[in-house]
Parts: sequence; structure tokens; C-alpha cells
Amino acid sequence: MNPQTISTPQAADAGTASAIPIPNPLCEQPDFSVPAEMVAVLDELITHYPRKRSASLMLLHAVEERYGYVSRQAVEWIAARLELAPINVYELVTFYPMFHRQPTGRFHLRICRTLSCALRDSYKIHDHFCRKLGLDPHGHGAQTSKDGMFTVEFVECLASCGTAPVIQCNDTFHEEVTLEKADKILEGCK
Amino acid sequence: MSTNAKIETPPTPAPVEKIKVKVDGREVEVPKTMPDGVTGKPVPTTMIQACHAIKVEVPHYCYHPRLPVAGNCRMCLVEFGTPAMGPDRKPILNPDGTAKILKSPRPAIACATPISPGMEIYTNTPNVRFMREGILEFLLINHPLDCPICDQAGECKLQEYSVDHGQTSSRFAEIKVHKPKRVDLGPRIILDDERCILCTRCIRFTRDVVGDDALGIVNRGSYNTITAYPGKPFDNNYSLNTVDLCPVGALTSKDFRFQMRVWFLKETKSLCTSCGTGCNVVVGSREDRMFRYKPRENDSVNATWMCDHGRLNYRWIHNPERLVQVTVRNGAAATVSDWKSAMPQLAARLKSAAPGTVAVIGSARQTTEELFLLAKLARHFQAVTDSVPRTGPADHLLLNADRNPNSTGAVFTGLAATPMGSNLGKIAEGIRSGRIKTLIVFGEDVTRHGIGADLLARLDLLVASDILPNATTKLAHFVLPGCAHVEKRGTFVNVKGHVQKFMKAIEPKGDARAEVEFLKELLPTVTGWTAPRSLEGLFNQMAGEIPALQGVTWAALGDTGVRVQI
Repeated sequence: MNPQTISTPQAADAGTASAIPIPNPLCEQPDFSVPAEMVAVLDELITHYPRKRSASLMLLHAVEERYGYVSRQAVEWIAARLELAPINVYELVTFYPMFHRQPTGRFHLRICRTLSCALRDSYKIHDHFCRKLGLDPHGHGAQTSKDGMFTVEFVECLASCGTAPVIQCNDTFHEEVTLEKADKILEGCK
Repeated sequence: MSTNAKIETPPTPAPVEKIKVKVDGREVEVPKTMPDGVTGKPVPTTMIQACHAIKVEVPHYCYHPRLPVAGNCRMCLVEFGTPAMGPDRKPILNPDGTAKILKSPRPAIACATPISPGMEIYTNTPNVRFMREGILEFLLINHPLDCPICDQAGECKLQEYSVDHGQTSSRFAEIKVHKPKRVDLGPRIILDDERCILCTRCIRFTRDVVGDDALGIVNRGSYNTITAYPGKPFDNNYSLNTVDLCPVGALTSKDFRFQMRVWFLKETKSLCTSCGTGCNVVVGSREDRMFRYKPRENDSVNATWMCDHGRLNYRWIHNPERLVQVTVRNGAAATVSDWKSAMPQLAARLKSAAPGTVAVIGSARQTTEELFLLAKLARHFQAVTDSVPRTGPADHLLLNADRNPNSTGAVFTGLAATPMGSNLGKIAEGIRSGRIKTLIVFGEDVTRHGIGADLLARLDLLVASDILPNATTKLAHFVLPGCAHVEKRGTFVNVKGHVQKFMKAIEPKGDARAEVEFLKELLPTVTGWTAPRSLEGLFNQMAGEIPALQGVTWAALGDTGVRVQI
């Protein structure tokens, strides 16, 4: 249905002057494009599922992995690929904290804060990283340094409780992290 | 009624197996399956339907008979038991011979739990009351309690259930989660996310009924928020139904927002006049001012919905330009008159008109009774008659391409030509050739339909009745101010032949009068035929004279009308 073809009488505008637009937490990514070989892989992936919609999370993971975040353009691209309304994909992006709505830094430091790591001072490591990188140690969610090099964020269990505290820098796993070790990890990020 | 074959009865569905259950100790027999509210396919009958069948109210927010079941609000939790079965799969009996009931250790949501034979449902146990209290406490945790400025106050389920089932005071000492307020969700809707209880009725309605998957819930936990996709306003032609569906004041209509407290509104059963579907509505008015339309349930017409186009099309009723005076024009001079002196003059002028020199154009926006009386007048003069067809784009749900509310009525009464509008050219030609000297126009501006001002100027007598002034009323020798449908009673016949009546909500302005009244005054003098005094009598008389309406009576119309064959 095209609402434009139906002339609906204008609603009165009482009390709507201060209305705010629909909140938009999604970033713009004007140069968003998916290379042909990735499209082929994703299209093949979609066929693994009984319904196209079931592949939503896999496509979001693929986009997150490639671009570091999910932009408005990415949400709309995925929705079109899965024959969904963009709102269906947008809901997922806001539900799962592992999808980022802002661009992440070149080095993504994920610090575990589940029980074992929390008991063995992972909060101190988070605090340490934040202070070194000029971020708010009490800030909520993922924070990216001003130069765009580092993103620091707490995550839930990284599945190495025996060697707590653990952090993950991009795809590299670091166990039994101390403050000294943390500094070395930062130095290694070049 | 039974002798009449013309009144259509809906096809009787195939008999469905019945199940006996007990609700609060009272036995009730309900079908094993009932048609799904959206698809119409048979689905197992649920506990809430069994309770409603014997008028036991189970409080609920997310459940709606016309929407898919979501089961997320938990307000309809009830306790239940099923007959105990022995190892031989036979019911275990109590010593007195009744079936032994095993009470379920856990409650169940009545909206999504199918019934089974012998089931007992308990809707009013201390446990159930305690659960309702608990659910309400959770729902109110982040609710802003801004009832004094909330449009929903007075018709709010959160208020009503809090009174019926809630606690008197809040134990919540923490800080409430704040969410977006005054979100401009679409051209006709403002959303207050803090009031929302996340029942998802709006999401399901627009997705499953309208087919426009526009709304969703974003974020998690207590930050859950209803929203539309950024930059994609919620603007389909049925968006305002979500305001009715919203059990709280989260979705508010921009048109009605802050206009009137709902408890001051007088509610009158009426019809929407914006297209040939004839959606059943309730008119909310106060002190002769109309404030809103709300859809009224009628399964054979509009279910429980109406379109935004029709819902907002009422401002013309209170247009300050409205015709409120009887005007008599002699040559160039128009003088304000009154009914008492104008009617005898008009009757005298009409009486002197020779048969065959008169044409009558009655709008298909007039009531069937008005068109019937106009047709009587026309028959007396052997007049050429017609109505004006009016079309617009239709949509897939309710909005019909025929934008006249009573085209079928115009056909039934014989006032409309076949096809409608085909006589307008003949009338224009008749005036041009001087054959037609008198033109009676009700509710149309004929200058926009091929009978221009130059032609109207040639007439000996032009009688126009309308609601708003137009080029025709400007030239008319007699201007008779008429009524909007909310200012009178009458019937419309929709495009499918559904005869429906509407009631009077407000008083007409100034000297405006229901057209039926002054036509009834005019007819005895001009034609010698006297119409029944009451509108009910007039309808019944009309039904007797029109073959298609045989056997229909005003009383039989009820609130939801009668379907006749067209």
C-alpha cells in the first residue's frame, strides 16, 4: 500500500511542537558496500536455514567482523538480502551487545568480567586500559579512544576461567593478565 | 424476518466438536476450535475464550481477539486443573462419582492455553489475585504515572486493573528508567515510551493485520522501547488503530492529543461517511462539539478497525463557513429567511412546476430516507434524477474506491441513474434546451459536475440544500441548510448491501435542520403524500416500498445492521 496515494486529512498539531524524531542510534556509512565474493558466501550461508530470516545473526556477525560495526546502510542491506523490514534487523542489532553501532578501533580489547575474571581483578585491568587510553573507567559499553586506534569494552565469559583474568585483543587471547602484561599488550598494538 | 429470503444469512460453519469445561465452578460448553482472529483458520479454543463465553472477565493486556496471541504480559494468569487419569487411562472418580481434578501446580496464561475436556479454570483464587497484584507491580515499576496529563486516563487498562487488582501503594524505592517521550512516530501519532508496557499489540497489528512491518522493540530488559525504523515514519493508512489498541497512553493520536478528557465525551453509535465501506464508529462529542471517531466492532463490516483517512475526516462538521441560515434569493438580492416563511414559498413555487420540467440531484452522501423522500418528490414531477459518483484510490483493507457512503441507497431509492452520474449530462442538456426549468440539488455542487453557473442561471427555480456553501448554493433561489450525519439519524447502505443506521450525536448549528424533517414538511403540500411522522416509521415504509429492502425494519437493524442482496 502506498499511503501517498490516499489523501488523509491533516491531523491537528496540538501539543506536538516539542515532539522529538524517532531515535536513531545507527551510524551512517556512506561508502558501505559488500564485495561480490562476500555476497556469494553470505548467499550460500542463507541457504543453510529453513527460513531466510534465521540467517539474520550470521549476516550481522559477518558485517560486524568485516567493518567493525553495523551501520544503518548495513542494516538495510541485510534486511533487503533476507527480505525483511529493516526494523527486524535493527531490533537484533540493539539487543545483542556484541554488535557495535559505532565504528570500533583498530585494536579491540575485550576484557572478561564474568565471575572468575572479576574475582581476579579484571576490573582493575579495565580501569588501567581506560586511564592509559584517556577513556572513562566507569563508562558504559564499548569506548573508543580519540585517535580511533583502541576500543575497550567489558565482555562476558571468554571461556578460560582457569587462567583468569583473560582479555582478548582482536583475535588474540591473553591469559593471566597482570597490569604489566596489559602494558605489554598495549605496546604490542602497533 | 424468517419469511424473507432476501436477507442474507452468513453461511453456517461446519459443526465443531464441543468441549465441556468449568469456569469458577460453572459449567460451560465451548467449541473445541474457534476461528483465528487474523487468518480465520480454526485453532484450539483457549481458556480466555472459554471464560469470555460465560462473561467471566480475565484481565489482559497483550491478548486481543483480533490479533495473534503473544502471551507476553502475563496479566491473564489463572489456575486450572484437569481430570486425573488412572493407569488404565480412565478418569479417577471421587467417592461421590464426580471426576477427580488434579490442580496444576503452576498457573497458566489463559490467552495461550488450549482447553481440554473436563478442565476446570479458576480465575478468582487467592493465588490468582496475588499473581495479578505482582504483575501489576512489575508493570508499574518504570511507568511514569503521569495520568493527570495522559490522554488515555479514563480509558486506560493500566488504571482500571490497578484499581481492580493492584496494590494501593508502590514499594519501588529505586530510580525509574527513563525512555524517549514525545517521539514523533509518524504523521498522526506521538509515542511516549515511558508509558508503554510492551504488550506488542501495535507491532502485531501493523505487521499481521495491515501487512506493514513498521514497528519493533529495540534494546534490552528494562530499556526495551517500541520504535519505528529511524527515518521511516509509521504512516500507513491504519496507524491510528494502534492508538485504540494501546491499552495504556503510549501511542497517542496527534489529532486528539490534549483535546478533551475522555470521561467528558458522550459516545454515540454512528458510521464513517468517507467511503462505501461504512465502518461502524463511535462519535465522541461534548457540548455539541465532536472530538473523535473510534471504530466500533462489526464483524460483517470493519471488524474492529477503521482507516485514518475516514477517522480524521470530520473537521468539515465544525467548519465556521457552514450554512446555518435559510436563504431566499430573488434576482440578485439574497435575503436571510427562516423555515416558517420560506417553506410555504418554496412549496408554492414547486407546486406550480409542470411535470417533466424538473430535475432532482441527490447526493449519495444523503441518508437513504432523504433519498427516498427526494425520489418521491421526483416521481411526482416525473423528474430526471441522478447522484454524483465519487471515487478515489482503494486499499487492501477497508478503504473502498467508492467514496460515497450511500451509493447503494441511491440506487435502491431509484434516485441514481444507471450507471450513477450518466443522467448529469442529460440534465445539463435539458437546462440548456430550456426543457428543465426547476432543479433540486441536495448535497452536491453541480457546477463541478457539468452543470455550470451559466446553466444554473437559466433556471426558473434552483433549490439547494447543503452543509457547506458552494457555487451551487450561491446561485440557488432557496438555500436550505442541512445536517451532517452526526447531527441526525438515518441509514446508509454500504457497497456490499449492508443496511446500517446511525444515531444523532450533536445538535445542528443555527437554523440547520435534518433534511428528512423539511422534506417531510414539503411533500404533503407539493405531492399530496404524507410521510410517516417518525424516522422509524419512515424507514419501515421505505423498506416496504423498495424491493431490495423487503422485510427489513428499523428495529431489526440493531447496532450492526442487516445485509441485503444488491
